[in-house]
Amino acid sequence: MTDASDTPTPETPKKPRLSRRELERRRLLLRTLGLGVAAVTAGLVGWYPVYRRLFDHLRPPGALDEDEFLAACIKCGQCVQVCPVQAIKLADGDEGYGLGVPYIDARAQACDFSCDAVQCVLACPTGALSHAIATKEEVTMGIARLARPEACLAMQGQGFTGLARGYDFEGLLRYEDIDRWEPQPVASYPYDLEICDLCVRECPISGAITLEPLSDDPADARRMPTVHPACVGCGTCEMICPTEPAAIVIDTEFAKEAQA
Amino acid sequence: MKWFLHKLAMMFGAEGRKATPEEETDAARAMKKLKKTPEQVKKRKEIIEHELEFPLVRHKWRNLRWASIILINAMFIVSFAWDVQLVEGSLTASRFLGFHMADPNAALQVFLAFKELVLNLVIGTVTVILLWWVVGGRAFCSWACPYHLLAEWAEAIHLFLARRGWVKDHPFHRGLRVVLWFVFMTLAFLTGYTVFEYINPVGIVSRALIYGPTVAVVWVIFLLGVEIFFSRRFWCRYVCPIGLTYGITGAVAPVQIKYDLEKCVHEGECRAVCLVPHVLDITKMGYASDTTEYIGPDCTRCGLCVDVCPQNALSFTVRGIDKII
Repeated sequence: MTDASDTPTPETPKKPRLSRRELERRRLLLRTLGLGVAAVTAGLVGWYPVYRRLFDHLRPPGALDEDEFLAACIKCGQCVQVCPVQAIKLADGDEGYGLGVPYIDARAQACDFSCDAVQCVLACPTGALSHAIATKEEVTMGIARLARPEACLAMQGQGFTGLARGYDFEGLLRYEDIDRWEPQPVASYPYDLEICDLCVRECPISGAITLEPLSDDPADARRMPTVHPACVGCGTCEMICPTEPAAIVIDTEFAKEAQA
Repeated sequence: MKWFLHKLAMMFGAEGRKATPEEETDAARAMKKLKKTPEQVKKRKEIIEHELEFPLVRHKWRNLRWASIILINAMFIVSFAWDVQLVEGSLTASRFLGFHMADPNAALQVFLAFKELVLNLVIGTVTVILLWWVVGGRAFCSWACPYHLLAEWAEAIHLFLARRGWVKDHPFHRGLRVVLWFVFMTLAFLTGYTVFEYINPVGIVSRALIYGPTVAVVWVIFLLGVEIFFSRRFWCRYVCPIGLTYGITGAVAPVQIKYDLEKCVHEGECRAVCLVPHVLDITKMGYASDTTEYIGPDCTRCGLCVDVCPQNALSFTVRGIDKII
């Protein structure tokens, strides 16, 4: 470059003229670089909702801790297919790496252990739903919490008559007195209760929730739903709660941390 | 062997080239020489003119293949919709009559992200690899992948528009797919998430078919839009790591497409319809290394070239068996 004989005039520095073919080639390589960057960027977009924790779901029974769960899940939906009450749904693209990962919306359809054992765990091919559990009592999806005590009917000493969630509610529940192996629509099962104890009555885990009197006065009908450590967070209480929105909800591990 | 390695290298992005004199067999050399004689050149010209006058329209393999894609995906849909438990799950992982199946690419990502080896997944992956190895690795792409079918229809639209000069194909470098394969596997390992599954149209389409539509399908529609208006079959050709994974597992598969140099008149119909035209570079005049040879490992065994070749110079065969018969 410094050789004077190479540069005929100083104002027109020697620039190699590219042939059409070379130009095409250069464009192709640039385009390829662009596509590569675009594809990786698109893939990394999914990281944002996970990092910001834009969603907080109940995961199916046996689910590993959230980060491990997202890593181990192969997004096949076999857990969805075996669930007799179709409590398990697959998340959409707005949840980033949670796309195609199963969750449970307990208010719409809780996991009521209609399958009797943890069928979703048995169906999971990757151990994202860990085979370390075998019974419903070992499940740790979350824990129930009386979130709106002022709305709770039992807290007011009130009873409940009618359909727990209205005639158009699509959720299913195992009513053992009707059929142990055929979950019935909640909308087909009217109640007539002196004191509303739906959350206790329908809880599939014994000793997870009880109604405790609010005072020593025997005439006082008010009762408080009290959650015990046996609670597995299946969400049946949240589904069956007749107040709108539910007085009792399930907190995930993440929700508990957020409250602390 | 060296020639096979060249074909393998082509799957990883290398350019096609002529067989060197050392790679060429004597028979192939003699055949090529004969093909260059004036009377042979004249004869080929006549054949091609006749072909143009009476174009051959065959869709035997395409129809079989479309039936296969639809049948395989319908089995998944029906299994869940009617609860018949034939194939439970989706294309990323499933149980076929109770036997574990897993997509090797998804399983590898889960392994790298989760960093634990799960026996069920290993069994499922090995089963799937063996099954698809028999029919040729990437046969998964053209005989089972639902995105492939959608992309084929998008390709038809692209070609229709391109013939009218309204769109133009913008090719990319095929080496990109290899780079992205490593990038996505590394990302799975480093981030602990199955990053590629977030943009994987195969999983998205498969789940949408079985479990109902999702917003994520918009991404798939976008990809198809890019294929129609910007770059022909760009996802399958330059991006999809699943195709490469299957390509590697089926590199020396029994089911092959065989090329017959003697019958070939080199008019290039096969390369015009092929998803991976570089595997058909051997059909160019002077490129082949032998009078008959199997086309490269990147081939999806879709059979479009078999249907389109008027000379029947390309045919399905099973490695070894064709030599016995």
